[in-house]
Amino acid sequence: MENFFDLVPLVVLFPLIGLLINLFAGKQLGERGVSIVAVGASAMALLVSIVLWLAQVDTGFGAVVVDAPLLGTWIDIPSAGVEIGWQFRVDTLSVTMMLVVTGVGTLIHLYAVGYMHGDEGFPRFFVYMNLFLVFMLVLVSGNNFLMMFVGWEGVGLCSYLLIGFWFDKPGDEGWKNSDAARKAFIVNRIGDFGLILGVLLTFWTFGTLDYYVPDEEPIPYHHAEHEAEPLFTPDITGVDGAESHAVSGPMGVFNQAETWLTEGDHRVEFGTVSIKFEHMLTVITLLFLLGATGKSAQIPLFIWLPDAMAGPTPVSALIHAATMVTAGVYMMVRANVFYHASETTSFVVTMIGATTALVAGFIALGQWDIKRVLAYSTVSQLGFMVTAVGVGAYTAAMFHLVTHACFKALLFLGSGSVIHGLEHGHHHVAHGEHDHDDGFDPQDMRFMGGLRHKMPLTYWTYLVGTLALAGIIPFAGFWSKDEILVDSLKLGLDDGRLDGYLGFGMLLAAAAFTAFYMWRQVSMVFYGEPRHAAAEHAGESAPVMVWPLMGLAFLSAVIGLINVPSGFPVLGWLYGEHQFANWLEESVTYAHGGEFNWLLATIAVALALAAIYVARTIYNDRAITDLERDPLERLSPRLAQAFALSNAKLYWDEVYFAFVVHPYRRAAYTLAERVDWYWWHDFVHERVIYGTFNRVTRLLTDVLDLKIIDRAFLRSAEAVRVAASRIRRIQTGYVRTYALSVLFGALLVTIIILYPVLRDLLGI
Amino acid sequence: MEDISLVTVVLMLPLVGMLVMLIFARNEQTIRWSALTFSLLTFGASLLMLRNFDTAEAGLQMVHKVDWITGESFVIRYYVGVDGISIWLILLTTFIMPLAILSSFNSIKDRMRLYYAFLLIIEWAMLGVFMAQDLFLFYIFWEVTLVPMYFLIGIWGAENRIYAAVKFFLYTMAGSLLMLLAILWLGNEAGTFSVPDILAQLDQGVLSFSTTTERWLFLAFGIAFAIKVPMWPLHSWLPDAHVQAPTAGSVILAGVLLKLGTYGFVRFNLPLFPEASDYFAPLVAVLAVIGIIYGAWVSYGQTDVKKLVAYSSISHLGFVMLGIFALNSAGVQGGLLQSVNHGISTGGLFLMVGILYERRHTKLMNAFGGIWKAMPLYGGISLIIVLSSMGLPGLNGFVGEFTILLGSVGSDVLSWWFTAAAALGIILAAVYMLYMFNTVFMGPLDKEENKRLPDLNWQELWSLVPILIMVFVIGLQAGFFFDYMDVSVQDLVNHVNNSVMAAAGQ
Repeated sequence: MENFFDLVPLVVLFPLIGLLINLFAGKQLGERGVSIVAVGASAMALLVSIVLWLAQVDTGFGAVVVDAPLLGTWIDIPSAGVEIGWQFRVDTLSVTMMLVVTGVGTLIHLYAVGYMHGDEGFPRFFVYMNLFLVFMLVLVSGNNFLMMFVGWEGVGLCSYLLIGFWFDKPGDEGWKNSDAARKAFIVNRIGDFGLILGVLLTFWTFGTLDYYVPDEEPIPYHHAEHEAEPLFTPDITGVDGAESHAVSGPMGVFNQAETWLTEGDHRVEFGTVSIKFEHMLTVITLLFLLGATGKSAQIPLFIWLPDAMAGPTPVSALIHAATMVTAGVYMMVRANVFYHASETTSFVVTMIGATTALVAGFIALGQWDIKRVLAYSTVSQLGFMVTAVGVGAYTAAMFHLVTHACFKALLFLGSGSVIHGLEHGHHHVAHGEHDHDDGFDPQDMRFMGGLRHKMPLTYWTYLVGTLALAGIIPFAGFWSKDEILVDSLKLGLDDGRLDGYLGFGMLLAAAAFTAFYMWRQVSMVFYGEPRHAAAEHAGESAPVMVWPLMGLAFLSAVIGLINVPSGFPVLGWLYGEHQFANWLEESVTYAHGGEFNWLLATIAVALALAAIYVARTIYNDRAITDLERDPLERLSPRLAQAFALSNAKLYWDEVYFAFVVHPYRRAAYTLAERVDWYWWHDFVHERVIYGTFNRVTRLLTDVLDLKIIDRAFLRSAEAVRVAASRIRRIQTGYVRTYALSVLFGALLVTIIILYPVLRDLLGI
Repeated sequence: MEDISLVTVVLMLPLVGMLVMLIFARNEQTIRWSALTFSLLTFGASLLMLRNFDTAEAGLQMVHKVDWITGESFVIRYYVGVDGISIWLILLTTFIMPLAILSSFNSIKDRMRLYYAFLLIIEWAMLGVFMAQDLFLFYIFWEVTLVPMYFLIGIWGAENRIYAAVKFFLYTMAGSLLMLLAILWLGNEAGTFSVPDILAQLDQGVLSFSTTTERWLFLAFGIAFAIKVPMWPLHSWLPDAHVQAPTAGSVILAGVLLKLGTYGFVRFNLPLFPEASDYFAPLVAVLAVIGIIYGAWVSYGQTDVKKLVAYSSISHLGFVMLGIFALNSAGVQGGLLQSVNHGISTGGLFLMVGILYERRHTKLMNAFGGIWKAMPLYGGISLIIVLSSMGLPGLNGFVGEFTILLGSVGSDVLSWWFTAAAALGIILAAVYMLYMFNTVFMGPLDKEENKRLPDLNWQELWSLVPILIMVFVIGLQAGFFFDYMDVSVQDLVNHVNNSVMAAAGQ
C-alpha cells in the first residue's frame, strides 16, 4: 500500500478546492450547495487521512516524504545553502493530527450547516472553515519548520477571520468582535516572533529546516545508555537501533541533533555566533516555546483565547478548542528531540504549562458566560498538554490532545446547541409577549436552568463530555489525564526533579478545579428550574446539529481505549496495552507508553468525584435566585473574595492594557505627532534648515547684494532690467508652460543621450 | 555596428511611446490607451528579456555599449545591460507602470496628455537607472527621474502639493550633488565612468583608494541613496510626497522610485567600496533597525490612511537595508527580492487607498468602518494585500523578510541582536496593519455615506488582479526568483569578502 502515501497532497487539496468553489460560486450554489461542497471537501480529506492511516498500518508505520505536486521547491538559494521545499511528511505523528483535524473537523462542518443556517454570510463562513483546514493540514503535514510556519500563521489568519466573522453586527458588538479578532492575531504574532527566530537559528545550526530528509529513519533514542530513562524499556526499536545510529549523508535536523548530542562537545558556529550546541538547543526550544504560548494560549499569552469566543460557536469548537490551539503542543512534540535534550527548557515548559492549567482553571470557576467557562477550561487543558511535554511525556501530551479534541469539541458544540435553543426560546418569547428584555444574553448561564428536559439529547451528550473532561473512569479524559499525572510524578520520584513534583501538584489541583467548574456549569445550565422565559421555551436543536454531538459523545466515551496503560486489568488484555504509544513511537523518538498506578488513579478520580459532589451540593441546593450573586459567594466572605478575583479573570487583561497596550499607543501618538511631525518635520526642517537658509539668503541679498554689489553695478543693472522686461514675456506664470519647457528640456537630454546610439545605428 | 540590445529596446520603448502619443493621440481615449499600450509593450519586451536571460552568467548580459563623449583623459559611454541584481527591479518597473497608468484612467481628468507623457518619461528614466553601467549615464537618469515626479506631485497632487513637490525635489537633489562630486572624482581618477571598467581596475590594483577616501566616497554615494530609500532619519520628505501625490504618483514612488536607493547601494557602494561597506555595515544596520521599529511605531499613530502606508514604507525599507548590509548572499538576495515585494504590496496598498479616496474624498480612517460589507470584493482583495505587506507566509512579503532575517542572523558583520530587534518589526507590522484594516474595513457599517459605496469597477479590478497574482506567485515560488539573482549576487558577495580580506591581510 505504499503508493497510497502519495495521496497526501490531496488532504490539503480537497479543502482547497472546496473553498475555491464556494469563494467563486457560493452565492449561486445556495446554502445547500455550499454545505455539500464544504462538508464534502472536509469528508474527502478525512477519507484520505484514513487511507493514509491504513497504509501506515499496512507498511509497519513507515514514514514517507512526498513532494508537493506542481510547487516543488519554495525558497531555493544555492549560494546561501538554502533549500526549503514544499514537502509533506506522512508519519504516525502527522497522520494522528490529520485524523483529529479532519475527523473532528468534518463533524463540526456538519454541525455548522445547522448552526449557521440563515446567516447571510453562510458561504463566506464555509470558505473560511475550509481555508482553516487547508492551513491546519499544511501545519501538521509539512516536512520542515517553515512549512509548519506557513500553516501556523495561516490558521492564525483563519482564526482572525472567523473570530471577526460577525464584524458587521451593529453598534458595539461589531467593534467588540473586530477587536477580539485583532487581539488574537497580534498576540499570536508575539508568539510567532519567537517561533521564527527559533526557525532562523535552527537553520544556521543545522543548515536545513527539514525534520528528516527523504528515506531517513529517526534514530531511536535508547542508544544513549547514559540518558536516564529507567521507567521504561522500549519494545519496538530492537537490535537495529545501533545500526541506524550511524546515519551517514545528509540528515534532517533531528537526527543531526541526536548525532551531535551523542558525540558531545559540539559547538555551533556561524556569523558572529559561537556557542555550545546544547546551549543553542536551549535557546531554540525557549523561542519555540514562546511560539507555543501564543498559539496554544499559555501564560503569558493566553489572553486572546477567551476573547476569541466572539466567533460563531463551531469556530470555537474547531479552532479554539480541538485543533488550532493544539498546534503548539504538536510543534513541541514534533521537536521532542530538542526538548528532551534541554533540561532548562523542560523545566520552564512544565512550569508554564502547570501554572496555566491552574490559573485558567481558577478563572473558569467564576465565569457566567457558558462559552467563557469552556474557553478557560481549554486554556487549562492545554496547560496539561504543555506540562506533559515538559515532563517528557510526549505520548501523554498527544494522547490528551486527541481525547481533548473530542470532548472539548463536544462541549463547545453542546454549548452552541444550548445557545441556539435559548435564542429560539427568546425569539419565541419576544414575539409572543412583545416584552423586550434587554438584559438577556443567550450565553449567560444565569438565564438558563432546567434545560435537561427541554434539550435531552444535548444534555446527555454534554454530560458525557463533562465526565470525560472531569476525568471520570472510563471516559476518555480519565486515561489521558491520568497518564500525564503519572508521568509528572514519576519524573519527580525517579529523577528527583522538582518540576515533576510541582507539575504534579498543580495539575492535581487543576483537575479538581476542572471537575468543579464543569459540574457548576452542568448544574446551572441543565438542572434546577428555568430562570428565564427563554429557557422555558428552549427546544432541542435540529438533527444536523445533534448527530455530530452524538458522534463526538461516542468518541469521548471510548477513545481513551486506544492507549490503555500497561498494568490495567482486563482492558489491557482486550484492547492491547498502550497501542497509541507504540504507534507514536515510530515518529516521536522520545515517546513512551504509560504505566498504570492504582493509587494515583484512585486519588485522581476520588478528587474529581469529590469536586463534583461539592459543586452539586453548592449549586443544586442553593437555587440561583439572585442573578447578581453566585451561590459560592454566599458561603463565606473568603470565598466571595476568591470568586470576585476569579470573575475578574485575575485582572490579567487590565494589567496588559495598563502596562503594554496603553503605553504603546500613547508612545505611538507622541512619536507620530510630536517627534516626527512637530519636531522633526516642522521644527527641524522648516524652522532650522529652511529658516536658516532663508535668513542667510536675506542677509546676502540685503547686505551683500543691495549695499555692495548693487551700487557697484548700478549701471549694468539698468541694462539687465531692460533685457529682463523683454524676457519676462516668455515667463507666462503658468505651471503648464514651465512643465512643458522642462519636458522639452528632458527631450533634449534624451536626444543627447541617444545621439551616440543614433550615430552608431546610422553608421556615421 | 553593434546590434541593438534587447535592453535598449526595453529602455527606449516608453520614450517612443511618449513621442507617438504626443504626436498622434488626438482625444482622451487615445491618449490613455496609447500610454497603456506602450507600457504594456515595454512589459512584454522585458518579459522577452527575462526569457533570454542566462541565469548561469554572473556578469552583465545583453550589453549595449557605445562611446558617447570622449575626452582626452576620460570616456563617457552609453553603456546599458542587465544582470541578476537589476533584472527583477527592471521587471518590477515595467510591471508597475501599466497598473499606475490604468489606475489613472478615472482619476486624472485634466492635462491628460502631459500627465501620461510624464508617466512614460519617468518609466524611461527609472529603467535607465537600473540599466546604466556608466556612472555619468546613471547620474543623468537618476536626476531625470526627479523632474516628472516633481510635476506629478506639483500639478496633480492634493492641496499642499507645491510644498511637497519642492521639498521632494530639494531633498533628493541635495543628496545627489554629493554623489555627482564623487562620480566626477571617480571618473577623473579612473579615466572612465564605466563601472565594470572601474571594478576591473580596482581588482588589478591599477586603481586604489586610501581607506579614508573610500569611506568618503561611500558616504557621498550612500547619502544620496539613503535619502532616496529613505533611511531613518532622512525620511521627512516621504510622508509629504506620498500624501500629496496622486495615486499613480504614490504607486510609482513607493513601487519603484524608492528602490533606486536600495539598488544604488547594491550596484555601486558594495562593489566599488567593499571595505567601507564592511566598515559602515553595523552603522547602516543600526539605522535600518531603528527605521523598522520607528516606521512601524509611527504608522500606528496615524489617522490618515495614506500617511500610515507611507510610514510603513520606512519600516519595510529598513528590512531591505538590513538584508543588503548583512553582506552575505541570503541577505542581499532577500533585500533585492523584498525591494520587489515592497513595490508590489505597497503599490497595491496605494492603489487601494486611491480607490477609497475616489469614492469618499477623504483619507481619514475614522471616516470609514465596515467597508468590507459595502464593498466585499474590494475588502477581500485589500485583505490579501494587507496580509502580503504584513508578511503572511505563503505570500510574497514573508519570503523577502524571512530571507533577510536569515541573512542577518548568519551575517559575519552584524550581531544577531540586529535580527532579534528587526523581527520585532514583524509584530509591530501586524499592529499597525490590522489597526488600519480593522478601522476601515471591519466594525459595523454605521455611517450613512459609506452604505452605498459601489464596489470595484473593471478598471480598478484589473489594476489589482496582477498584483494579487504576483503576491501568490512570489510567495509560493520564490525559488524561481532567487534563481535569477543567485549567481550575480554570489559573485558580488565574494568580491566584497575577498576585498575585505585582502585589505585586512595587508
